[in-house]
Amino acid sequence: MSVELLLTALMIASTPILLAAIGELVVEKSGVLNLGVEGMMITGAICGFAVAVETGSPALGFIGAALGGAAMSMIFGVLTQFLLSNQVATGLALTLFGLGFSALIGQGYVGQVPPSTPKLDLGPLSDIPFLGPVLLSHDLVVYLGLALVAGVWAWLRYSRGGMILRAVGENHDAAHALGYKVIRIRLAAIAFGGACAGLGGAYLSLVRVPQWTEGMTAGAGWIALALVVFASWKPWRVLIGAWLFGGITVLQLNLQAAGVKVPVELLSMSPYLITILVLVIISSDRRRANLNAPAALGRIFHAAS
Amino acid sequence: MLRLEKRPQPSKLWTALTPLLAVLATMVAGGLLFALLGKNPVEAIRVIFFDPLFNEQVASYARPQLLVKAGPLILIAIGLSFGFRAGIWNIGAEGQYIMGAICGAAVGLAFYPSENPLIFPLMVMAGALGGWIWAMIPAILKITFRTNEILVSLLLVYVAEQLLASVSLGLLRNPEGGGFPGSRNLASWDASSNPELIAGTGMHWGVVAAFISVIFAYVMLSRHIFGVQLQLAGQAPRAARFAGVRPEMMVFICFTASGVLAGLAGLFEVTGPAGQISIDFNVGYGFTAIIVAFLGRLHPIGILLAGLLMALTYIGGELAQFMLGLPAAAIQAFQGMLLFFLLAFDMLSNYRFRLSAREAA
Repeated sequence: MSVELLLTALMIASTPILLAAIGELVVEKSGVLNLGVEGMMITGAICGFAVAVETGSPALGFIGAALGGAAMSMIFGVLTQFLLSNQVATGLALTLFGLGFSALIGQGYVGQVPPSTPKLDLGPLSDIPFLGPVLLSHDLVVYLGLALVAGVWAWLRYSRGGMILRAVGENHDAAHALGYKVIRIRLAAIAFGGACAGLGGAYLSLVRVPQWTEGMTAGAGWIALALVVFASWKPWRVLIGAWLFGGITVLQLNLQAAGVKVPVELLSMSPYLITILVLVIISSDRRRANLNAPAALGRIFHAAS
Repeated sequence: MLRLEKRPQPSKLWTALTPLLAVLATMVAGGLLFALLGKNPVEAIRVIFFDPLFNEQVASYARPQLLVKAGPLILIAIGLSFGFRAGIWNIGAEGQYIMGAICGAAVGLAFYPSENPLIFPLMVMAGALGGWIWAMIPAILKITFRTNEILVSLLLVYVAEQLLASVSLGLLRNPEGGGFPGSRNLASWDASSNPELIAGTGMHWGVVAAFISVIFAYVMLSRHIFGVQLQLAGQAPRAARFAGVRPEMMVFICFTASGVLAGLAGLFEVTGPAGQISIDFNVGYGFTAIIVAFLGRLHPIGILLAGLLMALTYIGGELAQFMLGLPAAAIQAFQGMLLFFLLAFDMLSNYRFRLSAREAA
């Protein structure tokens, strides 16, 4: 197995969780904990797959996935923001519902082959040894993921909108007192998170696998949630975390294929075990773990007047 | 203008009414969903909710199934409800359920083909221990490193599923099974079987354990200081600390309860209704139990009723599958929807609407 092929595969493997995690980061920065990432991802996976198969256009598929994920997230948004429900329970409900709902829509699509997503062709640039295949010959969604990381980072750090979003996430009462529309801002953040999770799911069903099977996200949404904690709510660290995780996934798949004398099941569970390990390491350092956590994360906002 | 006002205390009336409202709303929304799938909504709802109990043709099969399916749901949900009351979120009951089944089955199979009557009690203990150990991983990580228990317990479900695949293909595979995955049939081996105790009722040891757990939980929550401490830890963590409630102890106790009960549920299932360890022996009871716990308002009696209702939707769903050709996944979506409606209507018990004149600025 050459390093070149391994790194190329890593870029592909890390994209779904990167997309989902960067979306969730924005949601959490606004002070909302949406545990329904898995449900939104799988909804995006089937919406994207269905639209792409019906229209024959992967681009429309990804748009459909983003819309599907966002629509799903709005159930969560309405429940937690207007009906003031518990965010943990509602997020769980979103995941349970999403898994069932996606299986329901997906029945007719099992075994079908989606249209292939075109890769970026930069002509001679893609032929540069090593750099070409690893960095410059992927489909557009891979670059969209990277661009989103950069965009979210810059937006949160330098823009007025980003500042307002962070203020809402740190102290919603103060933000409300300053006249910011807390609920509207949070709903927008939740919709963005849903759309990103949907894109991530569609990347699984349209590019990575590419096929539709029930429950195909297999915990990717939960790993994305863990990634946000791992990253201490910093966009660039989400990217590092996604690469780390993508690397482990690719490595274990290659070890399985190579027939290494390690039980297949042990290799298959390694991404989950390593995610847990990383979570433990991050959380064991109390100061670092809480430094960046939005102060109002998961708290219910109910304006007194 | 209409204004939302937080109630000083959750309304008792609405707390009891919301599950009923949620079920009704789910029937309506579910009916719409079934209509979209091209099924007659009224007929679908009838098949799911009434036929399993009242249709003479299927009731002889369906009625006993009610307890068979409600048993594990209630058992797991009772365990989860402790933690949910205190804001301790064990959502990996499915993993603890699997580990309970694996450990119990492994201990039993080690004695095959002995007919010693002590084997089954030993398996029960091993099952409880297996579920407990699996639950202790997130608990201890939370206590010592403050690691998020939601993520760890959930991720461990996937690890447990891999372990299940591994043992049913290797360690516990039936040596006389012709190479097929899956263990020996535990239900047909007398020493390990968990039979129907009263013919025609579906009552097995798991259901008995579920009933005992309901009574035990009821006493603990309403007659013991522990119930107050749980409530306090959930609603006012700081006050709880001043009152001498140690949060670490709460995490330990809640995860112990849920792990042990989920492990037991797995063991009773694998020795009875499921019969053997196989790759897909778990059917998601651990996740559905989360819905049961909320639907039952985290109250033991409520959970008992919610477990029976959820069991009904499982059986009705199966029935609708072969009578109406309704897809299996529809019922899962249906159950998820139920939780949404419940959470939505919950606002009525915590808040009230007040008419108020708009104040002058």
